[in-house]
Amino acid sequence: MTAQNPEIPMVQLLSVDGDFSVPKEHAVYGELIRDLREADFLKFYRDMARIRRFDHEATALQRQGQMGLWVPAIGQEGAQIGSGHGVGPNDHIFPSYREHGVAITHGVDLMSIVKMYRGVNHGGWNPHETRFHLYSIVLGTQALHATGYAMGLNFEGRVGTGDPENDLAVIAYFGDGATAEGDISEALLFAALNKTPQVFFCQNNQWAISSPVGTQTTVPLYRRGEGFGVPGIRVDGNDVLACYAVTKKHMDDARGGLGPTFIEALTYRIGAHTTSDDPSKYRDADEVAYWEARDPISRFEKFLRKQGIGQDFFDEVALAGDVIAAEVREATFALTEPAMENMFDHVYSEPHPLVSEQKAWLQKYESELGGHTTTPGDDGVSYGGTR
Amino acid sequence: MSNSVELSIAKAINAGLAKSMRDNEKVLVFGEDVARLGGVFRVTEGLLDEFGDKRIFNSPIAESGIVGTAIGLAMRGFRPVAEIQFDGFIYPAFNQIVSQLAKLTNRSAGFLQMPVVIRVPYGGGIGAVEHHSESPEAYFAHTAGLRVVSPSNANDAYWMIQQAIESRDPVMFFEPKRRYWQKGQVNLDEATQSLHSAATLRSGNDVTVVTYGPMVVTALQAAEVAAAEGINLEVIDIRSLSPIDFNHIVESVQRTGRLIVAHEAGTFVSMSSEIAAKIAELCFYHLEAPVIRVGGFDVPYPAAKLEELYLPDADRLMEAVDRVLAY
Repeated sequence: MTAQNPEIPMVQLLSVDGDFSVPKEHAVYGELIRDLREADFLKFYRDMARIRRFDHEATALQRQGQMGLWVPAIGQEGAQIGSGHGVGPNDHIFPSYREHGVAITHGVDLMSIVKMYRGVNHGGWNPHETRFHLYSIVLGTQALHATGYAMGLNFEGRVGTGDPENDLAVIAYFGDGATAEGDISEALLFAALNKTPQVFFCQNNQWAISSPVGTQTTVPLYRRGEGFGVPGIRVDGNDVLACYAVTKKHMDDARGGLGPTFIEALTYRIGAHTTSDDPSKYRDADEVAYWEARDPISRFEKFLRKQGIGQDFFDEVALAGDVIAAEVREATFALTEPAMENMFDHVYSEPHPLVSEQKAWLQKYESELGGHTTTPGDDGVSYGGTR
Repeated sequence: MSNSVELSIAKAINAGLAKSMRDNEKVLVFGEDVARLGGVFRVTEGLLDEFGDKRIFNSPIAESGIVGTAIGLAMRGFRPVAEIQFDGFIYPAFNQIVSQLAKLTNRSAGFLQMPVVIRVPYGGGIGAVEHHSESPEAYFAHTAGLRVVSPSNANDAYWMIQQAIESRDPVMFFEPKRRYWQKGQVNLDEATQSLHSAATLRSGNDVTVVTYGPMVVTALQAAEVAAAEGINLEVIDIRSLSPIDFNHIVESVQRTGRLIVAHEAGTFVSMSSEIAAKIAELCFYHLEAPVIRVGGFDVPYPAAKLEELYLPDADRLMEAVDRVLAY
């Protein structure tokens, strides 16, 4: 069916039919699910449904010319919402560029992401506040930032003290394609050598644009860290509970001083790589249908219904999704253009004469032409706090 | 009387690093072989004994990893000083420097600051094998978001490394490796110049010679030769390659009307290209001659037995002086 060998054992707690069971060898993960309450399950579902509804709306907005590009995460909601909730509230997340689901688990405003893909700014949220760092588009680079950050936690004694207020960990997200980048290998090496409090979370969605995962690796990806000294584990990326439990377990271990882990979440990119892509040119509809039948949201819905969650809840979530979609649409139409000064501000943290000179030149030039049409001072940035 | 001591450039950088590490516990020093060995040029010698292996440590031989982890450490609030062992080894880190380090402040709308210093021994003249003698500074000066500096003497080296570490922006710190052992007086009490200011090292009214790093000594030698011929060269060490202290150069060229720009790097799309273009614009009515550039050739850095022919020397500078005075 795919380049992935289905015989490779992976942590799965929910069957495709939504039945919960804990294999003996994965008891440690099952225990973490038993600690959850119904409200947690409902939260997982709400977040997955919300991000998918948002994703569809964002695609529509791109098609209508409201965004330069959209990068859908459809099919990966289980991996993203599950792992995102497995990350501690004070831990730091270093994403790639498709982690919209992880973003909402850490309170990043969806409009921040819309603004970036619309071309208002390059990100602009405050990573110190959200602890969700900027999207990283050059593949794999963020894994080294995560490792450096985690080395800093070691130096500060923020690891392994057993004090939950003190101890921290970081998680780097990247895809199967990015594993071919040297930066991922270097990050694994630095992490192992420094025993960093860190998880490497690889969403293997099986396609790097048009290249199947078999063109990126000859060995299953969960084993990528072994040679560096970073143990790996494969989890069913379309099982939100397994993704939560495996991430939580290894983030807890990392915080506790047990060092880094490589998690491969086996999932599938149902949509296109981006709105500029046409996957019908390089993959079969049968393959997509196979994975649609393993959809993380409908699988979790089956589980919830078996737990006795009624139709009212699903109706409420569907309605909430429509409201969010309408809000995003309205907010997108209401976005103003960024002030022209934005391109000059923050090139440096301290004054730089060349940038100041060029900014002044453009201001003068534009004012002589009758003025730039944007609202001065609106930098299109969602601050959400002090700078 | 100021507290002054004679140091080599290498020892002056060492002393400056130690001072910064004492003053700010967030300053970390790392790179290939910097700890016990003290680096291949011994610039970090002795720091391990004073500061311990949490403040100065060896990195694996992975330049992208060195810079990438420096970025992560800066995000956590550290002030990393990363050493790239040789100029020609910096390219594996180019992506992390140009796409990440230089842009993160801008990408984050100012929420992230990148107080990272990357130290790079650069330039030729030591008879090294290939990839050990290059002058890649223009790549970085071309990159928005980076600051680029290069000291030419021990006093500047001592102060500029500390000023670079204090900067909230990333600083590429290019060290003139063939001058590491050149001694000079270091004023330990106060810096007399800011990081991005140029300095006039010799006054003269006939021709302005602008240079930096390892070529400063060469320019001063040429000025001695010229003086014997009755020609007074004004030698300016720009010290900072980005930003460039153009006001300083303009003031000089308005007096002399003649400018030579010299460096070891090839002249095509180089620091001298930028300076020549800018001075042509700013000093058009003062120039008595075209700006003449003196540099290495636009070829890969040659094998060591040919480097004396590649590197501009005082005679090559004098040839340019003759040309610029012929107008």
